[in-house]
Amino acid sequence: MSGKDRFYRLMQGDEACAEGALAAGMRFFAGYPITPASEIAEYLSQRLPEEGGVFIQMEDEIASMGAIIGASLGGMKSMTATSGPGFSLMQENLGYASMAEVPCVVVDVQRLGPSTGSPTAPAQGDVMQARWGTHGDHAVVVLSPSSVKEVYQLTVKAFNIAEELRLPVVLLMDEVVAHMRERVDMRELAQVEVVDRKRPATPKDSYLPYGPDRDDVPALARFGDGYHFHVTGLFHDSTGFPTGNPKEIERQIARQHRKLERYRPYLCIGDEEALEDAEVVVLAYGGSARPALAAVRQGRREGLRVGLIRPTVLWPFPEETIYALATRVQSIIVPEMNLGQLALEVERSVKGECRVTRLPKVNGELFTPEEILAVIRKEALSCPSWRLRPIYEKKDYAISGVQAVATA
Amino acid sequence: MSQLAVKTHLREERLRHIWCPGCGNGIVMGAIARAIDKLGLNPDQTAIVSGIGCSSRASGYMDFDTLHTTHGRAIPFATGLKLARPELNVIVITGDGDAAAIGGNHLIHAARRNIDITVVCFNNNIYGMTSGQYSPLTPRGMKATTAPYGTIDRSFDLCRLVGAAGASYVARGTAYHVRQLINLIANAIAKKGFSFVEAVSQCPTYYGRRNHLGSAVDMLRWQKEHAVPVKAAANMTPEELEDKIVIGELQNLSGQPEYVSEYYRLVREVQHQHAALR
Repeated sequence: MSGKDRFYRLMQGDEACAEGALAAGMRFFAGYPITPASEIAEYLSQRLPEEGGVFIQMEDEIASMGAIIGASLGGMKSMTATSGPGFSLMQENLGYASMAEVPCVVVDVQRLGPSTGSPTAPAQGDVMQARWGTHGDHAVVVLSPSSVKEVYQLTVKAFNIAEELRLPVVLLMDEVVAHMRERVDMRELAQVEVVDRKRPATPKDSYLPYGPDRDDVPALARFGDGYHFHVTGLFHDSTGFPTGNPKEIERQIARQHRKLERYRPYLCIGDEEALEDAEVVVLAYGGSARPALAAVRQGRREGLRVGLIRPTVLWPFPEETIYALATRVQSIIVPEMNLGQLALEVERSVKGECRVTRLPKVNGELFTPEEILAVIRKEALSCPSWRLRPIYEKKDYAISGVQAVATA
Repeated sequence: MSQLAVKTHLREERLRHIWCPGCGNGIVMGAIARAIDKLGLNPDQTAIVSGIGCSSRASGYMDFDTLHTTHGRAIPFATGLKLARPELNVIVITGDGDAAAIGGNHLIHAARRNIDITVVCFNNNIYGMTSGQYSPLTPRGMKATTAPYGTIDRSFDLCRLVGAAGASYVARGTAYHVRQLINLIANAIAKKGFSFVEAVSQCPTYYGRRNHLGSAVDMLRWQKEHAVPVKAAANMTPEELEDKIVIGELQNLSGQPEYVSEYYRLVREVQHQHAALR
């Protein structure tokens, strides 16, 4: 190796996830083997002992999720990694982490499902499960990387968000991104900002593990430091002890959601390409964003006014950004390796301001740029006249629709 | 010592407890507090982890760092905590449904790893919290809300299961033999490696009443009359032991590799090798 070469490294997505986690300060990993996430565990089983951290292969995914919560309360940044079937098993304890506000990171490398499905085939069918997989109204953040470099960066970000907000964060990868190998510039990856959870500054006897705080995120003490606090999945008051008082329950659940709402502006992150004058926009994430970008660039070469928006935070969904976009474009195309999951959220967010075209694919293959480009061409050709219509016409249409239902 | 132990190790402000009159859980929880006191454990360095069920509510009443987890999963949470903070004394409180049914696999694997945690299983032979369904430890033929004709399931011997899986220490006691129970729990906590104590307890409300076993006092008397010490049991036939509870130390192994020390030994070796390569 000579010159600049030594700054570059060929890295796999799963490996970048493991290295990103270590850079973020993760020192506890518990997992159970599953394709296509096993490489993360394999890699960490070698690296964690080197770093003085803990690697343990548990008896199942339920136990893995439980162990990382226990370790986090012991003060270690912790993570598990799995795929669809294992992610399903983790849901109950994921809800616990949300309810008890225990920071941790769960990596779900999606594969084609439901059930055992097609273990080595790429898919993006866990978008809704990542949001609503556990029961009840819970706070969760879900991130979706599209490249090896971004896997590293978003893994670090996942830990930072988890620590800052005291909640579980899901890194939602897909098989394509996890198994892909790319050249990464180690100098870029070395620039990592690491956030650690807030520790209690109050005296031990007045510590409130679920008390109100300026930013709605209470400080988290460590087990073994003499705070003698209680953690439960039952609804609890600010002391952490169970309560059945409806007012207290309401107060706690409101705070748990408010802390995320407050942070929301920082979570509207992503990437875009040629959006300025675009009339047709492709909204893509994860592995699907790669062929989408190629399709958009080809469309531009063909003279089409097409752009790409690529949210890297899927939940909370950047609805204001998408609405603002919808008011100035004609059409949004959503290619995803499922039957239209994030598209539902796009449709909800645009509030009728533009057309949303779903482009689903669930045969276990990645999109080709050509498949997406075909839809871009169709949309670009059919849109212009539609866009020239005054806005009130669209509203009229909506009103007449309602009247039609009423008179029928 | 005993009264004081309850005072110092319980969160008095969190009582009244949720347990029914006559329930044995308070006796077993008291035995844990007294065992901790007997050993002189540092309360700041002791954590109680529990699952879901009547017994698992004990964590909320005990004055330590306490973790009330999900149904059946206390042991995995405890495993993570112990590995993250090896200096802590980690004690798991669980029930017969929590430990033997939904959490059975975790129990086996924790025993196999021989991780240095202590599990105290409050065995009242029934799911009390959900009002009386049969558990894997409900004796065959007994009635429950989901076994109105008597259960045809054979019941588990959890102590044999855990012992066979490789636990360093296995014991059984009862709520009636409370002094022995305190000692067994204290020995279990002091033992390095995985330790398990089955504490036979009484549920007069949901188990006793349905099976006409009488009052809490009658049920405690039953424990007294049916308990057989390990030594005496050695000279009895399986037929003689059929409706008996064998109490005392059932397994006490020495020199077994313990998981946390083994793990950190591995870490030191790996780091040493890397330092040598540099």
